[in-house]
Amino acid sequence: MSAAWNPMGYSEKLIDHYENPRNVGSMDRSDPLVGTGMVGSPSYGDVMKLQIRVNTKGVIEEARFKTYGCCSAIASSSLATEWIIGRTLEEAAAIQSTQIAEELDLPPVKLHCSMLAEDAIKAAIADYRAKQPGAQSCLSH
Amino acid sequence: MKLPIYLDYSATTPVDARVAQRMMPYLTEIFGNPASRSHEFGWKAEKAVEEARKHVADLLNADPREIIWTSGATEGNNLALKGAAHFHRGKGRHIVTVKTEHKSVLDTVKELERQGFEATYLQPGPNGLIDLEQFKAALREDTILVSVMMVNNEIGVIQPIAEVGEICRARGIAFHCDAVQAAGKIAIDLARLKVDLMTVTAHKVYGPKGIGALYVRRKPRMRIEPQIHGGGHEQGLRSGTLPTHQIVGMGEAFRIAKLEMAADNERIRSLRDRLWNGIKDLGEVTLNGDLERRVANNLNVSFAFVEGEALIMALKDIGVSSGSACTSASFEPSYVLKALGRSDQLAHSSIRFTLGRFTTAEEIEFAIGLVRRKIAWLRDLSPLWEMHQAGIDPDKLEWAAP
Repeated sequence: MSAAWNPMGYSEKLIDHYENPRNVGSMDRSDPLVGTGMVGSPSYGDVMKLQIRVNTKGVIEEARFKTYGCCSAIASSSLATEWIIGRTLEEAAAIQSTQIAEELDLPPVKLHCSMLAEDAIKAAIADYRAKQPGAQSCLSH
Repeated sequence: MKLPIYLDYSATTPVDARVAQRMMPYLTEIFGNPASRSHEFGWKAEKAVEEARKHVADLLNADPREIIWTSGATEGNNLALKGAAHFHRGKGRHIVTVKTEHKSVLDTVKELERQGFEATYLQPGPNGLIDLEQFKAALREDTILVSVMMVNNEIGVIQPIAEVGEICRARGIAFHCDAVQAAGKIAIDLARLKVDLMTVTAHKVYGPKGIGALYVRRKPRMRIEPQIHGGGHEQGLRSGTLPTHQIVGMGEAFRIAKLEMAADNERIRSLRDRLWNGIKDLGEVTLNGDLERRVANNLNVSFAFVEGEALIMALKDIGVSSGSACTSASFEPSYVLKALGRSDQLAHSSIRFTLGRFTTAEEIEFAIGLVRRKIAWLRDLSPLWEMHQAGIDPDKLEWAAP
């Protein structure tokens, strides 16, 4: 491989997440324990689908994603799934896009990818909560 | 086989070793200024320049006196368009060109608009070709100049230059043709084509970068105003000391092209067809540009449901061009594909493969395998592909604006 070819000046960590994305896949969105977030839009070049499976203690046991988008978008969503597994919903909801951007050393023109990843986490959590019996409209985020 | 593989011959070509050999002595031994008339150093250089001029003229079936050396295609297009528009400004001020022309034509016409000229930009059909009736309708009483490229650089389609030439000649309108992507790929016969000005360059034809030529017709005589003034070189149309070694390189490259074009084309076409046949069954693959009226070395394909930058990164073992300006912040999709009516997404996810003299069957087999693997991988990652597989059209869904 010609590893030197990197016109955007991406960090090694970002390239690693792009080339070896973690937790790619889909879960059954009708499963009551699964929350699904779909954010972005095709015409703007990025669509992220992020799913979580939450156990009875409110801890995210499993996370899966699929992303249509640039390398930064793929890497941001891959990193997001890695970070939320094993966390409570509250902890996951507290993850900030700036933390993702910092970890991957995103170029300024790609900061929107980390924001989209944050949105995807929050959307998945909101979907999960909305599915729970007696769901309240007041969500923690 | 060495990686990465070069499949971007329409961006530039390597200098053919035979061309480089031929150029070498003109850097060190035969270094004279071709404009020096007072000694043998100059005479020898001038002789080499005139031989090269004949080789360039021969490939175009033109007279050597109709060939003006330039620094390349951008200068050639600037000289042709500004030169003709300025010379004929007394006759009128309307220019007709096409939306899918190269930027060195479009930006030059834009500049002429700033100078007070008016321009019409023709909309090509979905196959990339212009419609002759639409073209005729765009001509006005005060049209003085038409510029239509012979072969498009992105999609390789061949425009109806003979017909456009006839129409222009019948109305006394100067006709410029950018033939940068055509020279050495399709036969050009300027004894038959009614083209008044034609731009060519060396580095797309296995010659060196930094040298090109503008054909300026003698019968009927095409008049242009020079844009660079100085020592009166090149019949006063383009002053500046001639770069003898570059000119010799262009001459040799064009001489070889004339001899080998037919055989090269046949081989390249069969490799190109093999590449297309190797990837077209991937599903949701769109060929951009007419398949029949197209140069042999070009394949431009859009892969739906994968994103352009991720795609070009995934294909880094092959040197190809993308319809997505992925290295710029602006993220502009190809204006050529947009003009053909492709969506932003399909324009972004397009890849231009251009083959050449040194492309091998082994390289094409590797490229097919790589494209198949990477497209499958990226689609496996794509939620849009997942929807498509489930029978949902992502374009029909309501998406929140970011």
